[in-house]
Amino acid sequence: MNMPMNPMPLNNSLLARAAGKLGPRASLGLGLLVLAVLVALPLLHLLPADSALHVSAYTLTLVGKILCYAVVALALDLVWGYAGMLSLGHGLFFALGGYAMGMYLMRESAGDGLPAFMTFLSWTELPWYWYGTSSFLWTLCLVVLAPGLLALVFGFFAFRSRIKGVYFSIMTQSLTFAGMLLFFRNETGFGGNNGFTSFRSILGFDITATGTRAVLFLCIVALLAGSLYLGLRLARSKFGRVLTALRDAENRLMFCGYDPRGYKLFIWVLSAVLCGLAGALYVPLVGIINPSEMSPTNSIEAAVWVALGGRGTLIGPLLGAGLVNGMKSWFTVAFPEYWLFFLGALFIVITLYLPKGVIGLLRKEKEQ
Amino acid sequence: MNAATTHQADLPLDTGHLVGKGVNVRHGTILTLEGINVSFDGFKALTDLNLYIGVGELRCIIGPNGAGKTTMMDVITGKTRPDSGEAWFGEQLDLTRMSEVQIAQAGIGRKFQKPTVFEALSVFENLELAQKTDKSVLASLRARLSGAQRDRIDEVLATIRLEGSRQRPAGLLSHGQKQFLEIGMLLMQEPHLLLLDEPVAGMTDAETEFTAELFKSLARKHSLMVVEHDMGFVDAIADHVTVLHQGHVLAEGSLEQVQANERVIEVYLGR
Amino acid sequence: MPTLLYRMLLSLALLLPLTSHAGDAADFVAASPARQAQLLESWAAAPDPARLPLLDALQNGRLVGDIAKQPFIEQDGRYVAVEDAAQPQGIPKKLRLNNRLRGLLATTQASHQLLDQDSTVRLAAARQLQKSAKPAQLALLDARLAAEDDKAVRDALALALANLQLVDSDPAVRLAAVRLLGESGEPLARTRLEALLASAESDSRVRKAAQTSLSQVERRLLLGELLGQAFSGLSLGSILLLAALGLAITFGLLGVINMAHGEMLMLGAYTTWLVQGAFQKFAPGYLDLYPLAALPVAFLVTAAIGMALERTVIRHLYGRPLETLLATWGISLILIQAVRVLFGAQNVEVANPSWLSGGLQLLPNLVLPYSRLAIIGFALFVVVLTWLLLNRTRLGLNVRAVTQNRNMAACCGVPTGRVDMLAFGLGSGIAGLGGVALSQIGNVGPDLGQSYIIDSFLVVVLGGVGQLAGTVMAASGLGIANKLLEPQIGAVLGKILILALIILFIQKRPQGLFALKGRVID
Repeated sequence: MNMPMNPMPLNNSLLARAAGKLGPRASLGLGLLVLAVLVALPLLHLLPADSALHVSAYTLTLVGKILCYAVVALALDLVWGYAGMLSLGHGLFFALGGYAMGMYLMRESAGDGLPAFMTFLSWTELPWYWYGTSSFLWTLCLVVLAPGLLALVFGFFAFRSRIKGVYFSIMTQSLTFAGMLLFFRNETGFGGNNGFTSFRSILGFDITATGTRAVLFLCIVALLAGSLYLGLRLARSKFGRVLTALRDAENRLMFCGYDPRGYKLFIWVLSAVLCGLAGALYVPLVGIINPSEMSPTNSIEAAVWVALGGRGTLIGPLLGAGLVNGMKSWFTVAFPEYWLFFLGALFIVITLYLPKGVIGLLRKEKEQ
Repeated sequence: MNAATTHQADLPLDTGHLVGKGVNVRHGTILTLEGINVSFDGFKALTDLNLYIGVGELRCIIGPNGAGKTTMMDVITGKTRPDSGEAWFGEQLDLTRMSEVQIAQAGIGRKFQKPTVFEALSVFENLELAQKTDKSVLASLRARLSGAQRDRIDEVLATIRLEGSRQRPAGLLSHGQKQFLEIGMLLMQEPHLLLLDEPVAGMTDAETEFTAELFKSLARKHSLMVVEHDMGFVDAIADHVTVLHQGHVLAEGSLEQVQANERVIEVYLGR
Repeated sequence: MPTLLYRMLLSLALLLPLTSHAGDAADFVAASPARQAQLLESWAAAPDPARLPLLDALQNGRLVGDIAKQPFIEQDGRYVAVEDAAQPQGIPKKLRLNNRLRGLLATTQASHQLLDQDSTVRLAAARQLQKSAKPAQLALLDARLAAEDDKAVRDALALALANLQLVDSDPAVRLAAVRLLGESGEPLARTRLEALLASAESDSRVRKAAQTSLSQVERRLLLGELLGQAFSGLSLGSILLLAALGLAITFGLLGVINMAHGEMLMLGAYTTWLVQGAFQKFAPGYLDLYPLAALPVAFLVTAAIGMALERTVIRHLYGRPLETLLATWGISLILIQAVRVLFGAQNVEVANPSWLSGGLQLLPNLVLPYSRLAIIGFALFVVVLTWLLLNRTRLGLNVRAVTQNRNMAACCGVPTGRVDMLAFGLGSGIAGLGGVALSQIGNVGPDLGQSYIIDSFLVVVLGGVGQLAGTVMAASGLGIANKLLEPQIGAVLGKILILALIILFIQKRPQGLFALKGRVID
């Protein structure tokens, strides 16, 4: 196939350029405002329930969930928007981070005994890979290592044999599908169908307490802000420019003396780790993790967040994740039958009419 | 499947050690191709090809379509592996065992037939990426342009007459400007050997003339191999011309000599 | 009401033999479960053809008893008295059999069927007795063996007898039985021999003979098992082929992955269901032919949908393969949800016509279902047809030209837009045909396509682009590998292993099994 992989050649400078139209001050101000609101939300949650400004647990959890998805969208955008590799398997990395955290939470609520689902299977001891999961520190390592190592191994082989374009997308999709099948099995030792749920505490704090929830939410906000900063630094570095070059003309880049494999592997693993971290914070907040998080549908939905917001920009994916998930929560309550129609139509409309996403649309408005 | 499409897979990732090493050209030859054979599914693209390019030489390659010019460049840059034969860069670098990246880092630059630049990046950034420097991932993460590097980029910008467009996205350049940008990127790489595939295609007469001047000034410092159909251009630059036909060398010499060669006339004009 | 009269007469005629045999039914109805078991065992040892209607009624759950323990047989909601019973007193209750009694009943019925005129009935009976005969039936089996003249029935009876003789007190009898079992290719013979070896068999000659017999039986069984796995692999492969063939065509031609391809399978299967419904309503007499009628209908329906999609969505995305992937995924979501809304989220019932049910028994442990045989044949037929279409028609020439060089083909006057549309229609139509085939062997539901799409992608990746041979090899290879790995390490781990193998395989051959060679263009 000798087709141009990217239809949107002229939008390298991400945030800077989008912001440029708004005026750097205005966009910085807007960013700070959003940050302030996000920090205020958990504090308002701490108010007594009858207070007018009280933010309910439902709202906080919903927003927290969406923020986790926003991190996933950002991570996906780094590999897709910048490096041109559409991954349809990012749900796997998200779920792996979530499962790593879930193992710790299961141990915490089981005390000295085995997690409930193991007793149910009449297992008498923990499988070896559960070793050390009662330690929070080791869990944090696992959260990074599990998705990171898998991405490293898969990426190493995939990039070595120059799998790209749709081939890459298909292979990543099969990967997450295989992961889902594996985790569905009871014998795999991750709770099968039901996954992990009914957590009690995290680091000794009651997991349903308002305070714990507020702190978790703040952690998520911090992760998002950190990822955004990291993305900004990367995108503005020479590394980011090499990625863009890689997306548009990989051959030219090789004849310039760059080895694309290292670059791809680095951004791919980084992106997987970010997803893992998002998953790890998602699980204690939402209180459940099961194999359906790995279903190909979930991963491909993440692609539509990025596409809707505008890929190759840093704010776009966040916007997209917010918009799609916001609409999803509304639709599934109001018209559950029609959500899939809407989502399907969204996929089609964005690819046909909004190749640069909402951000692209806003820029155009601004220019006119 | 033959070796032609499965190459590179077994080569190590690490290529950093080649950076900055000089090329051993004791015997005055920068490129040696001997007995190269390449075939695709029975079609012989190159048969028993021998070609030598001296240090500082400006060599033009001409030949009808399908003569194997592009395949030869593919072999030199590691894109295609020969079925048999030897390809040496200088005295010591075996091109048949190196990856494309290693070859590029060793000092062979290539300009494609169709100009390929990084369209989403600005002209300045294009040159920045091409610049000769440590091109590993870690280096790119930390890279900051030094004053000297900036000066060098400005210098090349001036050479290719694109100072006015330094911040323009390369995708917005005209065809000729893209050609120049690509040549500029080659210059930034500071290669020992430049391979140029139809560099003046789509250029105006003035641009072509300017390119001829540019190439002549590049020779001596660099070695150049230019594939071109434009005989006027070849006449303007070449001291030495090689005619390829059906995958091997038909004639070699000055342009006048090869134009007088009966077999060349036969190939070009038909009986 | 002549039919009613006729029915009554018929049932009377059927019941006549029972009256001559006073007491069996009444005894049974009155007995306790333990006594009922004894009765059944004694009947099994001494079969009487007159007892068959009673046993049949018992098996069908139509034997009832009233509060006075009088036996009746329920017929079309009426109670027909058996033997000397008078009017039913109160509402008669059905006789419930526990599992043990059910087993005994089957044995007893088989015992009786040994006396049947029809040799196939006798064969089935003998097979049943191999599994469940009781020592009390030894004499009966011996007698029937002596009287039997059909070879197959004799063999089956001999085995049943051997099974019983294994527990005989005389070592010589046991030895003969063990040797006889060694001649068999039945899975049951293995079980029996293994049980014997595991038991406290004291006679060393019998043990030794049992070892030899066991290995003989196992060798025969292994053949059947391997052939069975290879067959189910081929069968899976042919389904994958039907699913992936269209995908390979559109991918080769347009360089786009159609994520809604699986839904074309699903729509093909639903079309089959609708055609079946239409036949049931308008031409019940020809119901058996509905799959044949469904083929062209499914092809046309899915091809039309495919062409419509190409015109409205996909053609605007050429040159942007990743976007096409997302857009077609959106289409697949809409199609799935549309089917859910229209036909419900539950699976719909598609029945095999009579000529596709049943199977071909090759070995005692190897049955090839006709439906699967038909699908393998059908898949080959579709491949040949596609090959002819691509290599012997103008359209095929155009398709191949566009696949190899779109611009050049356009310059030569090939109407690339039309070719794209027709090829997309062809690919979708083939998937529709695949859907008809799938409806014959699996569940038909809105998610049908999803379970095949990833595997068909892998077939395309493995087989390479633009080569029918590659697709065929990859599909059958994947199918067989799947089925061979399944019994060893389980279906899930097998799938994961195959994925890993494919990733490793692409290291060596990035373009798939059968790539077109040439100057690398990119």
